[in-house]
Amino acid sequence: MTSKLLLACCAIAALSIAAATAAPLNYTVPEETTTLKPGPNLDVVQNNCTACHSADYIKTQPQGEKFKKDFWQAEVTKMIKVYGAPIDDADVGKIVEYLAATY
Amino acid sequence: MKRAGLAALVTGLGAKGAFALDTVTLPFGNGERPLVRYPQKRPMIGLTSRPPQLETPFSIFNDGPLTPNNAFFVRYHLADLPYNLDPDKFTIEIKGKVDKPLKLSLKEIMKMKATEIVAVNQCSGNSRGFFNPRVAGGQLGNGAMGCARWRGVPLKTVLDMAGVQAGAKQVTFNGMDGPVSDKTPDFVKALDIDHARDGEVMLAYGMNGEDLPFLNGFPLRLVVPGYYGTYWVKHLNEITVIDSVFEGFWMKSAYRIPDTPNNAVEPGTAPKATIPINRFTVRSFITSVTDGAKLKAGRTMLRGIAFDGGKGIKEVAVSTDDGKTWTNAKLGKDLGKYAFREWKLPVKLAAGAWDIKVRATNNAGDTQPMDPLWNPAGYLRNVVETVRVTAA
Repeated sequence: MTSKLLLACCAIAALSIAAATAAPLNYTVPEETTTLKPGPNLDVVQNNCTACHSADYIKTQPQGEKFKKDFWQAEVTKMIKVYGAPIDDADVGKIVEYLAATY
Repeated sequence: MKRAGLAALVTGLGAKGAFALDTVTLPFGNGERPLVRYPQKRPMIGLTSRPPQLETPFSIFNDGPLTPNNAFFVRYHLADLPYNLDPDKFTIEIKGKVDKPLKLSLKEIMKMKATEIVAVNQCSGNSRGFFNPRVAGGQLGNGAMGCARWRGVPLKTVLDMAGVQAGAKQVTFNGMDGPVSDKTPDFVKALDIDHARDGEVMLAYGMNGEDLPFLNGFPLRLVVPGYYGTYWVKHLNEITVIDSVFEGFWMKSAYRIPDTPNNAVEPGTAPKATIPINRFTVRSFITSVTDGAKLKAGRTMLRGIAFDGGKGIKEVAVSTDDGKTWTNAKLGKDLGKYAFREWKLPVKLAAGAWDIKVRATNNAGDTQPMDPLWNPAGYLRNVVETVRVTAA
């Protein structure tokens, strides 16, 4: 091993010790892979929903005939009333329409 | 404590190191999920990515009564996580109705006399995907649970140091994670003062002999043995003693169960009154064979786990004839009344189809229902589990 390489190894070792004891943590999560499916008013949904949570929150909900307009209306209402989502009244119907038609 | 391992892992796996490996399909409608890789975690069942919610692949529960840190489930509510927190600068405040408000560093907490407890943590909505009729919320299989050896200091110790004042009713707990919008209620939970001072509720920094993984609340989380995970506040940095019953959203409106004798209502109906969710219901699982498995006819050793909200498991019974007759299994080592209790039972299965059921009973006589109970939020699931196998 050349002395230059040895030096480089020492530098790396010192670096990893520093990384092991010094902060901050800098935990890195994977990139999001789930995207909203194409559908009516997609842009409205994109603007209103994905600021606070990823699209898989929508994708993984129960699906089928019983989980259409009423189900999604209740979810959007919950987001506004309970979680304080700043959604314009004019957008609520559009979001529900997209969710019921697409999921 | 292996602090070094954590930093090395986090450094070694950047954003590009994490990706969907494959998919798994949970056994209910719309149950397809990606297997995802996060720093400090083995491949996990991905429910949501922002905030992260990860479920433990069920086969891990067959490996032993302690769930490895890198397989332990993850559940957050709000997406502003303290990804850049500095453990050397971390402090926790104890304030409110106390004589001497405190601000303790992580180092100071770790210098105090430590205790350990083996305890199950389980998400209130574990198994929600199996509810019929289905309900909104995180659509989880059975993997939002785990059992670990927690190390830390009793909450009672720090409350006594601060000096709880007369008239104190509850203690509230807030962590560093918070909402994206300031209109969203911050995730704050409360325990009654007597519960908070029972000596078992713990401020934990250690998990199975290592630091808490970041996604499990590093560097400090609340451990509330026997209680659902909603109370186990992560990245805990604010403890407040109050002289009233806490009215925050996550206690008053969310995480409520019907105030009925078995905390259930007729499927599809709403309860008249509700109470905050509290202790685990009794549960048991077969872990050594999976639903739909094909086995060799003859002798098979069945194995699994059972747990409850803290009375301790008294017996586990197994039926291979769809519930007509039951045989008690042999219980494994007792790691404490809050831990997973392993069980095993040799059975003989002749060629044919078999419905194998498992049912646990705790020391208070509480057991599991043969038919599922229902509540609108999809909590407390504890029906007798059935595994259908074919022997040939």
